Amino acid sequence: MNLENFLFAESHEWANVQDEGGDKVATIGISAHAVEALTDLVYMDLPEVGDSVTAGESFGEVESVKATSDMFSPVDGEIIAVNTDLPDNLEILNDDPYAAGWIIKVKLSSEDALSKLLDHATYEKQCSE
Amino acid sequence: MHLTVVRVHSRNIAVSSVKNLLSTPLTSWHASNGGRMVDFAGWSMPVQYGSIIDEHHQTRNAFGLFDVSHMGRLYFSGTGVGTFLDSLTTRRVDGIDAGKIRYSLMTNEEGRILDDVLVYRLQGADDQPFYMMVVNASNRAKIVAWLNSKLPESSDIQIDDRTESTAMIAVQGPKANAAVTEIASMNPDSLSYYTGAVAEIGDAKGIVSRTGYTGEDGCELIVPGEHAVAIWSKLMELAAGVGGGASGLASRDTLRLEAAMPLYGHELSEEINAAQADLKFAINVKDREFVGRSAILAARKDTSLRTRVGFVLEGKRAAREHCTVVVDGKTIGEVTSGAFAPTVQKSISMGYVDPAFASPGTKVQFDIRGKIHDGEVVDLPFYKREA
Repeated sequence: MNLENFLFAESHEWANVQDEGGDKVATIGISAHAVEALTDLVYMDLPEVGDSVTAGESFGEVESVKATSDMFSPVDGEIIAVNTDLPDNLEILNDDPYAAGWIIKVKLSSEDALSKLLDHATYEKQCSE
Repeated sequence: MHLTVVRVHSRNIAVSSVKNLLSTPLTSWHASNGGRMVDFAGWSMPVQYGSIIDEHHQTRNAFGLFDVSHMGRLYFSGTGVGTFLDSLTTRRVDGIDAGKIRYSLMTNEEGRILDDVLVYRLQGADDQPFYMMVVNASNRAKIVAWLNSKLPESSDIQIDDRTESTAMIAVQGPKANAAVTEIASMNPDSLSYYTGAVAEIGDAKGIVSRTGYTGEDGCELIVPGEHAVAIWSKLMELAAGVGGGASGLASRDTLRLEAAMPLYGHELSEEINAAQADLKFAINVKDREFVGRSAILAARKDTSLRTRVGFVLEGKRAAREHCTVVVDGKTIGEVTSGAFAPTVQKSISMGYVDPAFASPGTKVQFDIRGKIHDGEVVDLPFYKREA
């Protein structure tokens, strides 16, 4: 998986921003490091298409046997797609966190938040510290 | 998301040196064998090695090895130890036969729970019976101080805290006792439940007891600290042959939750009167006196006090500690522990509710992070192994 174009939040979510018909659309998920650290995922609470998200604020929750964790949006915008297959197939997050394990797609209302995100190498460095 | 566990893990060495966490004789083994180490009641302990669910299932299906050396181990000597301990425990421990182990609560004058403990009366290597007590790690200092404060004047009773010089290993699961038989001078199957004996374990003298905290058969071993790694390693070899292995504190928690065993700091605390905890078997008020007795009797008649129950929720969402329990929009209780349970495959919880809502089958709701989820009160335990 080439993660060169992926951006990462310090809180372990990723965003892959693409041009789609003139709009900037970010596909959002959680990092392999986060999936490994959480282990034993049992439940995911997802938002709905049309909901708006704000950078740094919770857009959903993922629950492991041990704990419940908020997932924080790395971007600002409106949700245009939700991976509704995911809650019943959470093992996808272990197998393919950066493609099939996407969680939501967001049409950006602003690109301001992107500058606060880390590139893959910087994020990996943070995780190994 | 906030990955608390990982942060502790990745900076574990720094945490250890800064906070001076206590190490068990097995802490280094855990850290160098994939243990994700956390601060648990001041000890550096493995919360898991890999998957919590796998560590849970291996205990139900084969056996799990748990380092429980953080639990306090207090040895008593002197005159009248039985009478002394009996004055502080909700259950009779004076005059019990050597070999017996009693689960009991210790309560304060208000009947509120200071700790839940195991009191052992064992035949020593010198053939003299002695008392020993296992207390929760988080309560060890408090209980030692409490015991000392209650010692009669001019008593010659000595309390020897051997927590840090010994190790305690729980070997739990249907194949546990067969494995221990390979390394010990006795077969734990020859012990009745809640009895124990001094025995040779590996190259050391220790204690084997048919006790545990998982809802499975098995035993617990207390051995000198310097022998712990050798004994643990031998048991790990035996585990590998039958599908067992090391299990961390997280799976210990899901296992005990399914078995509906209370955990101090969750179901039990100094906020809770012993009468509320649904542990009647551990409270004996007949023809005896102990600290807290009259307050427990009064609490039994107090219909305003909440009582401990079990819950099952619809769906996979867990109602965890501090989650409020609601009926018709009104708070009627609070959850003390909860998780999606790997064996029963349901979202289960324990907690306290007003007595009017304590009957199994009562429909209740849970406010989980602002969203309402349906569930009901159920009989405990959630899991009982086949006899």
